[in-house]
Amino acid sequence: MLSFKLEARPEASRTMSYLSPLIAVVLTMLGGLLLFSALGKDPLEGFQVFFLNPMRSWYGVSELLLKAVPLMLIAVGLAIGFRANVWNIGAEGQFILGACAATGAALLLEDVSGPQVLLAMIVAGALGGAAWAAIPAFLRTRFNANEILVSLMLVYVAQLLVSWLVFGPWMDPDGFNFPQSKMFSDSALLPMLVEGTRLNLAFVMALGVLVVGYVFMHRSYLGFKMRVAGEAADAARYAGFSAKRMVWFGMLAGGVCAGLAGMAEVAGPMGQLTDKVASGYGFAAIIVAFVGRLNPIGIFFASLLMALLFLGGEQAQLYMSLPASISKVFQGMLLFFLLGSDLFINYRLRMRRTLAKAGA
Amino acid sequence: MGNRRHFIKAAGGMAVAAAFGVGLLGYAQAADPLKIGFVYISPIGDAGWTYQHDLGRLQMEKALGDKVETKYIENVPEGADAERVIRELASSGYNLIYATSFGYMNYVERVAKQFPNVTLMHATGYKMGKNFGNYNARFYEGRYLNGVVAGKMSKSNVLGYVAAFPIPEVVMGINAFARGARSVNPDAEVRVIWVNSWYDPGKEREAALTLISQGADMITHHTDSTAVVQAAEEKGVNAFSYHSDMGKYGAKAQLSGTTHQWGKFYTDTTQSVLDGTWKPASTWGGIKDEMIEIVPLNPSVPADVKAQVEKLEAEMRAGTFHPFAGPIVDQDGRTRVPAGEVISDDDLGRMKYFVEGVASKLRQN
Repeated sequence: MLSFKLEARPEASRTMSYLSPLIAVVLTMLGGLLLFSALGKDPLEGFQVFFLNPMRSWYGVSELLLKAVPLMLIAVGLAIGFRANVWNIGAEGQFILGACAATGAALLLEDVSGPQVLLAMIVAGALGGAAWAAIPAFLRTRFNANEILVSLMLVYVAQLLVSWLVFGPWMDPDGFNFPQSKMFSDSALLPMLVEGTRLNLAFVMALGVLVVGYVFMHRSYLGFKMRVAGEAADAARYAGFSAKRMVWFGMLAGGVCAGLAGMAEVAGPMGQLTDKVASGYGFAAIIVAFVGRLNPIGIFFASLLMALLFLGGEQAQLYMSLPASISKVFQGMLLFFLLGSDLFINYRLRMRRTLAKAGA
Repeated sequence: MGNRRHFIKAAGGMAVAAAFGVGLLGYAQAADPLKIGFVYISPIGDAGWTYQHDLGRLQMEKALGDKVETKYIENVPEGADAERVIRELASSGYNLIYATSFGYMNYVERVAKQFPNVTLMHATGYKMGKNFGNYNARFYEGRYLNGVVAGKMSKSNVLGYVAAFPIPEVVMGINAFARGARSVNPDAEVRVIWVNSWYDPGKEREAALTLISQGADMITHHTDSTAVVQAAEEKGVNAFSYHSDMGKYGAKAQLSGTTHQWGKFYTDTTQSVLDGTWKPASTWGGIKDEMIEIVPLNPSVPADVKAQVEKLEAEMRAGTFHPFAGPIVDQDGRTRVPAGEVISDDDLGRMKYFVEGVASKLRQN
């Protein structure tokens, strides 16, 4: 008789830790094929529409990158904290605050033209996100309040705040009282990288942040300390690394990056602030960070994959009349399979042939 | 392979030539159907804003048959994603696009500029372009009639209103309801609770229960779920539904309601695109244009109330009665529109005050 047993590995498997996201992607795609046939669609056509169609033209590729920009920005910031076991779940709120602060700068500098407007917006966006992340960091380090709950709850506060701003002081006076700010002036809009698409300078900014993130995590002393703190808290304490500094730095890194992403959204494809500015990037980026193994290179690819799942869902609706929730199902499958295969980083499956006891 | 491709090309060419020839002879097959895309803010569900648009789409499809082919994309957020979805429709052969939520406006505008041969129609906005029109309905007409019923039927004289956001569209609905009620019952007052969401069944229900506990025996809502009507049914008070007929959620509670009817508008607009007579316009239709209707009155409504509602409805259809005919006095006693004058559409679109009869205060910005 065959029996299976999970056995703890003596040491976490490095190979498996890199293989796991790939396995999860393959399983998600296979799951997708099953899902399409269960819905009565040709699975190959489904695969093509969902995974290939979004990239069938240069415009499609530019949209994919545009959608991936906020995901990679936020995920790399979160990864810095996650590596040190600082659980910032409120990037969505920090994104909103970044968008609000950048809008504030844009409205303040309405009559100014030139690159300083965008520069001010970038700084404001980063500070806005950081300020929002500072609240859970302060409460955690001062009162030991759980940063997961505090950062998450601040998302709802941020949503109410942006809603108040666009229904109140920042409402477009010519907008028939609809909840929106004025459209930004040209100086407050990120320049396009490719004419005729919506891909803008934020993509370059995101790549820059990925590089900075990589250097920080792998080449800096503080990055090293934070990794130690995450992987062996006792060792870090013994070495005298300040836990408070880790919390502060982890939260602020997430806040700055999410704030930048929020700035890029209002100064990019939106061109104004509305109460609909948050579209779940802050939460999706958590999945991206983990699928990308908290590593900037992995995050780059994971954000593209995640963006593809969003775009594929739209294509599946349009060309196969599948329901809108298909994107969410794929995201769920991806996370599920990832968590499943992550088990094998620390465990391995042992197959054993046991003799059936006679007459037992 | 090359040969085969050439053959296909040649055959295609011949087919085109043949079709053209036949066309000249007047035997043309029906042209390819006009592909029409609908962009929805939420899933269709079985009641509410998007549901009514989808009913309109189906009605139009039925009326125009194989001249059209429709497609909808649901749950499209009002952010940057909307532009990609609308553009995708425009670039894949959808030559007429109905975008059915306010937040799509600036994205519709951008796509309209990029695709001058595609006709775009945007619901509830105010921008227009060469190939870009907008449309909305005078929901307040139905609200006024609902208010008349509420004013007549209320025993406590407290009318409850669950509302989403203080934008003019919502404010004018509340005012119309209050004016309708006050026209038949000078003691009636409307109390408003804002839930700051278009769709949040939990909050809507809570707000409805709060209003009922404050003595409201007639409640209505400007939100998207059926929660308010259901709460009324449960608590034994009356309700006026919005968007859709919600009779199945409140057979006893629902006295009437205001429903959106987009079918005729979609059919007429699409026909004009087919005919090549479409012109950019800003359409704001009401009962007269069959763009809104009231839910048939509950049998429990007495005959004299019914007669009064029918009379007013007929006058609105004839254009002889306007729910916002002066005098319009706001809740602070200021006259906003003097007697003998009718409010302009522009002022309606910017309405930012409550009329007398509304007890709650409107947040001023």
